[in-house]
Amino acid sequence: MSGLGRSSPIGPAMAGLAAWLLAALWLLPMAFALWTAFHPSAFAAHFDPTAPLTLENFSRAWEAAPFARYFLNTSLLVAGVMAGQMILCTLAAYGFARFPFPGAGLVFALVLMQLMIMPDLLLVENYRTIKALGLIDSIAGIGLPYVASAFGIFLLRQTFKGIPRELDDAARIEGCGPLGVLWRVYIPLARPTYVAYGLVSVSYHWNNFLWPLIITNSVSTRPLTVGLSVFAATDQGIDWSVISAATLMTAAPLLIAFLAFQRQFVNSFLRAGIR
Amino acid sequence: MSKRLNALYGWLLILPAVSLLAAFTHLPAVMTLLASVHSTPRGTRPPHFVGLDNYRDMMADPIFWQSLWNNLIYALATIPVSVALALTMALLVNRSFPGRSLARLAFFTPTVLPMIAVANIWLFFYTPDYGLLDRLVGFLGMAHHNWLGERGTALWALIAVAIWKESGFFMIFYLAALQQIPATLREAAALEGAGPWTCFRRVTLPLLMPTTLFVLINALINAFRMVDHVVVMTRGGPDNATSLLLFHIFEVGFRFWDSAYAATLTVVLVTILSLVAALKFHFLDSRTHYR
Repeated sequence: MSGLGRSSPIGPAMAGLAAWLLAALWLLPMAFALWTAFHPSAFAAHFDPTAPLTLENFSRAWEAAPFARYFLNTSLLVAGVMAGQMILCTLAAYGFARFPFPGAGLVFALVLMQLMIMPDLLLVENYRTIKALGLIDSIAGIGLPYVASAFGIFLLRQTFKGIPRELDDAARIEGCGPLGVLWRVYIPLARPTYVAYGLVSVSYHWNNFLWPLIITNSVSTRPLTVGLSVFAATDQGIDWSVISAATLMTAAPLLIAFLAFQRQFVNSFLRAGIR
Repeated sequence: MSKRLNALYGWLLILPAVSLLAAFTHLPAVMTLLASVHSTPRGTRPPHFVGLDNYRDMMADPIFWQSLWNNLIYALATIPVSVALALTMALLVNRSFPGRSLARLAFFTPTVLPMIAVANIWLFFYTPDYGLLDRLVGFLGMAHHNWLGERGTALWALIAVAIWKESGFFMIFYLAALQQIPATLREAAALEGAGPWTCFRRVTLPLLMPTTLFVLINALINAFRMVDHVVVMTRGGPDNATSLLLFHIFEVGFRFWDSAYAATLTVVLVTILSLVAALKFHFLDSRTHYR
């Protein structure tokens, strides 16, 4: 670390100070939201250190909109998408990694196109497809376009390719079929990749907004993000205390998970990014 | 196992994923292209071929040009600033000082928040008179300002939000790259009499090039893909001053239900992103030493 420290072009004390200032600046908007959410409306923009703390804004937000339902919808969406992705991407990655077939290279290149042209860019046509399937305003309709993920296939294929063939052969001699080998050898050995991919997938779909906004139009299907935007836009006028509380509430599960598993999160994003 | 059986297994394994992928990426991409040369179906009137009419309309659509221009400014402002900040953050938290992990947390946390939550937080931050920004500005003796409500500042207000959200994400890639640079390289440079600044410019920065390219490309994609904050904070206003390309598509497609014109605009967006993809393959995949 000391060797790394010296490479920075700024003196150590100045660098420490600069880091503090920048971090404080970065925390400012969040601190403001926290302050507003945990104090009575009267203190929303009035920074009095003696202001009483309260959880009332949270209970008001919780009662003012069906957040419990939104939480359920988001959980179902996130779990469903992830389960689908895990299964489909595992099978496809296994196919690409271990069962060479004529044209595999071309098909894989086509798969990778999705990294650039994501389903949420082709809004109109995908809306048409979902409508034709009768899935408008359903949680399945939000998730379906994302279930086959080029990114997941790519990540798992890389991992599977790194697993020594000898293990594969050994399992086959033991009498495993192709799916048995996948289940006994490849999946257990790819665990870190699954964790990384899972975290990225959950964060993406917990936070996704535009596509669910288009697809849903009722309380029973709206995920949290869309529910929050509806709540903040119409129901509340400008009671910032309640809106701040609702905002924090929707981000809380992911935020808490992040604070608890910081290292895993950062590593997952890293693994996921370096592709 | 025979070769043919192997190939059969291969096809069967990829089939479910590939067919879904085709259904929601490749097929709609082709359909979008087709829709862009047809008219929008209205009521009982089916779409008919109109050639390049939609493209001609697009050329004459001031909101399209405004959105494209906005998006360009948005990208050109967001990308360099967030990448430079990411590098600065990484350099700052890469050394040990009291409170380092807290600083790292402060930089990275916006990445985990939903953009919609970020938008709400900043919406309040920007509120005229009442919001923290106006109060800070007032404290410094400057006039109050409707940051999101005025043409001159609205887009910049959104740019600041994007920078705040993205910098910490890019920081982690720089941090990882910095930690991979062997200390001996810098020690060698120091032995040669290179000062810290020379060492940074001549050793560290060149070694970070692949990371910089990677981050730049990602930032470029995000600049054209992320419009959640536009929907929540400004709805493209005032007077289209904050309309980005994807937001304009969203409006045309789902507010005016003009699917043919939305398809035409989508073709432009996909073309831009394909150019980025081409750039990526050209620069990134040939030069990174990640794999």
